[in-house]
Amino acid sequence: MAELNLGAAAPELFLFLGGCALLLLATTRLSGRLLLHGANLILAGAALLLWLAWPAEIGAAFSGLYEVSALTAMLQMGILLATIGALSYSGDYLAQRGMLTGEYLALGLFAATGMLLLAAARHLLALYLGLELMSLSLYAMIALRRDDVRAIEAALKYFVLGAIASGLLLYGISLVYAATLQLELPAVAAAAADAEARGVLLAGLAFIVAGAAFKLGAAPFHMWLPDVYDGAPTAATMFIGGAPKIAAYALAIRLLAGGLEPLVEEWSGLLASLAVASLGVGNVIAIAQTSVKRMLAYSAISHMGFLLTGIVAGSEEGYAAAMFYAFVYALMSIGGFGMLALLSRADAEFEMLADVKGLAKRNPAAAALTLILMLSMAGIPPLAGFYAKLAVWSAAVGAGWTWLAVVAGLFSVVGAFYYLRVVKLMYFDAPDGDAPAVALRGPYLLLAAANGLLIILLGLFPGGLLRACQLAFG
Amino acid sequence: MLSLLIWTPIFGGLATLLLARDESGLAAAKFLALLTALLTFCISVLALLLFNPNLAGMQLTVDIPWITALGIDYALGVDGIALALIVLNCAVTALTVLAGWNVKRQPGSYLAAFLLMCGFVNGVFSATDAALFYVFWEATLIPLFLVIGVWGGERRVYAAIKFFLYTFCGSILMLVAFIWLYDYLGSFDILLMHRSYIPAEAQPWIFFAFLAAFAVKIPMVPVHTWLPDAHVEAPTGGSIILAAIMLKLGGYGLLRLSLPIVPDASVEYAWLLVALSLVAIIYIGLVALAQTDMKKLVAYSSVAHMGFVTLGTFIFSELGLTGAVYQMISHGFISGAMFFCIGVLYDRMHTRNIGDYGGVANTMPRYATLLLLFAMANAGLPGTSGFVGEFMVVLAAVKANLWWGILAATALITGAAYSLWMYKRAIFGAVANDRVRALKDVDGRELTVLAAFAALVLLFGVWPLPITNLIDVSVAEIAAQVARGKL
Repeated sequence: MAELNLGAAAPELFLFLGGCALLLLATTRLSGRLLLHGANLILAGAALLLWLAWPAEIGAAFSGLYEVSALTAMLQMGILLATIGALSYSGDYLAQRGMLTGEYLALGLFAATGMLLLAAARHLLALYLGLELMSLSLYAMIALRRDDVRAIEAALKYFVLGAIASGLLLYGISLVYAATLQLELPAVAAAAADAEARGVLLAGLAFIVAGAAFKLGAAPFHMWLPDVYDGAPTAATMFIGGAPKIAAYALAIRLLAGGLEPLVEEWSGLLASLAVASLGVGNVIAIAQTSVKRMLAYSAISHMGFLLTGIVAGSEEGYAAAMFYAFVYALMSIGGFGMLALLSRADAEFEMLADVKGLAKRNPAAAALTLILMLSMAGIPPLAGFYAKLAVWSAAVGAGWTWLAVVAGLFSVVGAFYYLRVVKLMYFDAPDGDAPAVALRGPYLLLAAANGLLIILLGLFPGGLLRACQLAFG
Repeated sequence: MLSLLIWTPIFGGLATLLLARDESGLAAAKFLALLTALLTFCISVLALLLFNPNLAGMQLTVDIPWITALGIDYALGVDGIALALIVLNCAVTALTVLAGWNVKRQPGSYLAAFLLMCGFVNGVFSATDAALFYVFWEATLIPLFLVIGVWGGERRVYAAIKFFLYTFCGSILMLVAFIWLYDYLGSFDILLMHRSYIPAEAQPWIFFAFLAAFAVKIPMVPVHTWLPDAHVEAPTGGSIILAAIMLKLGGYGLLRLSLPIVPDASVEYAWLLVALSLVAIIYIGLVALAQTDMKKLVAYSSVAHMGFVTLGTFIFSELGLTGAVYQMISHGFISGAMFFCIGVLYDRMHTRNIGDYGGVANTMPRYATLLLLFAMANAGLPGTSGFVGEFMVVLAAVKANLWWGILAATALITGAAYSLWMYKRAIFGAVANDRVRALKDVDGRELTVLAAFAALVLLFGVWPLPITNLIDVSVAEIAAQVARGKL
């Protein structure tokens, strides 16, 4: 087995040390904004390290705990970039609420470290370690403002339900270990193919699927998601809605496509029912929401339904499509919550549908970006969201899941309704008389424009990223 | 060439949008929009000259790999039918830009939306890759959705969202059918789909998935209910584009996709389509008779006229198909002109209720003359383009089944009834009230638009040869594909 190879984990180590340094610096008089730039630089540095050492072939490090591969690198790059995006959007929002501190940023970096580890895991324990490092950091990020009742409630809900999910996952892992006597994922896969204790293995699979669904926020394990998204400070919601979704995808892929590949017949059926439930619950309940934050939360559930549709296919094409979906979704989700964070002011959160009214008149640039986001989420070509959907449907049909693609298609029509309602509020309705004017500061305008442009560019030329996703799976 | 037809109006539209951001650039933006529209039209005429109507198959083709990961190409090409519709689209867009010149609210964005529309629609007509076709197909929804929603009437929000969701729902099923075909054939190439064998048990599924998209767009009974709502709430320009262009996308889809890809299912379920077409022609014609709102009346008459298109298509004879295409083009001009005429009155009186008018001929003689021509054309009077298409379809129907022909021919009577009755009530008679007395006749800009429409309606009424020559070979190809079948 491979020897101790610190170079393989250079981005993680860099990120972790950077987080520690940030904690130390937080005790000095350095301003929060400076620390934010520092955090972004550290993340960018980690991304650069990753880029320089892009692996050409699959290997292992740390005695098989850690996978070195293009798949790992792709996922890690996505996580790092999504984290940078989420932190960049949240500067003003955090500063206005006194949350722009070294602690928040360091927690963000630790969460990112956990996600990177999760993405690289080749061993069930490494996987669990990464997951917990990510989750515990996220709980703390939400709860950082200890006098904010809603945030505390959200953090507690997230913690309790997240702990249950971790428990389920761990129990599932232990059952799989009992059935296969292996913890390394390739070895688990080899042993699972002809395990004698098939009943135990299947029970383990059920627990693992439930745990992963919890982390993804797929129905019927979605109960925590709307409350947490809604209660958390918008900046934290944005953080949770971006990179951790890619990490949750990595979790599902490592466990199901990696370790339990031989049971694909069993888990694809399970995932299909989760996908249909998520599509239904997410799209239908989103219609009834009056808060944009909650609406986006339910839309997140529905997007996980689409993402699962890709994994259900159980083919390399399907995994790649789901990966593309996770990246595109992170981009859209960060943009959506980012808008809410940018349009919020120190004394007033921007989160209800009524706040959106007449936005096209009050701030044309923000309205234009939101228009792009909403149409992309609804899956209207030629925007990135459409190709994400096209790719997962194509994979699902290719694997014989035509009915699932049809169901997903019809639910995307239901989804289009509530996205269009936002467009309607922005463009067709006049602003309320007392609605405050909203402005975007220069750098944020640039960021929003870049985000919108990226969605359009990925819509016009999705080929490159899609191809990269497919290559990551061989 | 075809790329130019798609991207000129799109970039022109975006430039207009940028230019119109402040008041000072508004005039320039308007002229840029008009210039772009005219330029696009000129390019389409150039394409017409380069096109050889005697050759079968696609011409002016482009094929560039685009999204290799999903096997999608940027593939364009036109046959006679597509090119005829592209020229129609470019001509109507130019007239629409002129018609929308004096819109009060944000005229720059308004005109830009039509230019974007024009580019997307040209994309639909020229795409020979199914995924590209779908991209353009859906993209057309966005500008029209915004046009109805921002510049529309009182219930515009309801109408815009209903329009969007109806068409989106149909399109998604078409997309799934495309994906299935991609999985089966390994390519999104429409021409490959034309040539390839499709198993008998899959054909009905694909046929109905396509039908869901096209029937909503055309629209056919019973999924036509979005159209009157959308028309009534849309601003004048939106109505013109909707009736003249958007409805043709559905008819084009049937000819380009349904018939050649799943010919056997098309033949098997032709009875259903013929029945629905006859219902549209007869029943919707009667519904139009009962309308008091001018726009609703013309909207229902559009549904009835599109019934001829589907009837002609599903008779499968060359005559029927030629009639269907001819009817599409002629209806583009006539319905566009009708909606513009209603817009002219609405701009002055702010009502579409027929009862509010009367005796308009006394105050607007020039307008009344031209409207009479369009009303006659709408009724299918010989000598106008409306007659040619309907006559061909009725003739084809009589050859196929005498009763179909007789039932379809009744439309000539109901058509005359609702068109001329509306004309009589609104235009003839004594001056109804002071507001009508104060009406001013059409100005130079309006007259230009109306005269252009009138010239086209009369030209293609007495001289159908340019169009039939252009589409003959393509129509024969489709008829042969259906006759041959795939099983």
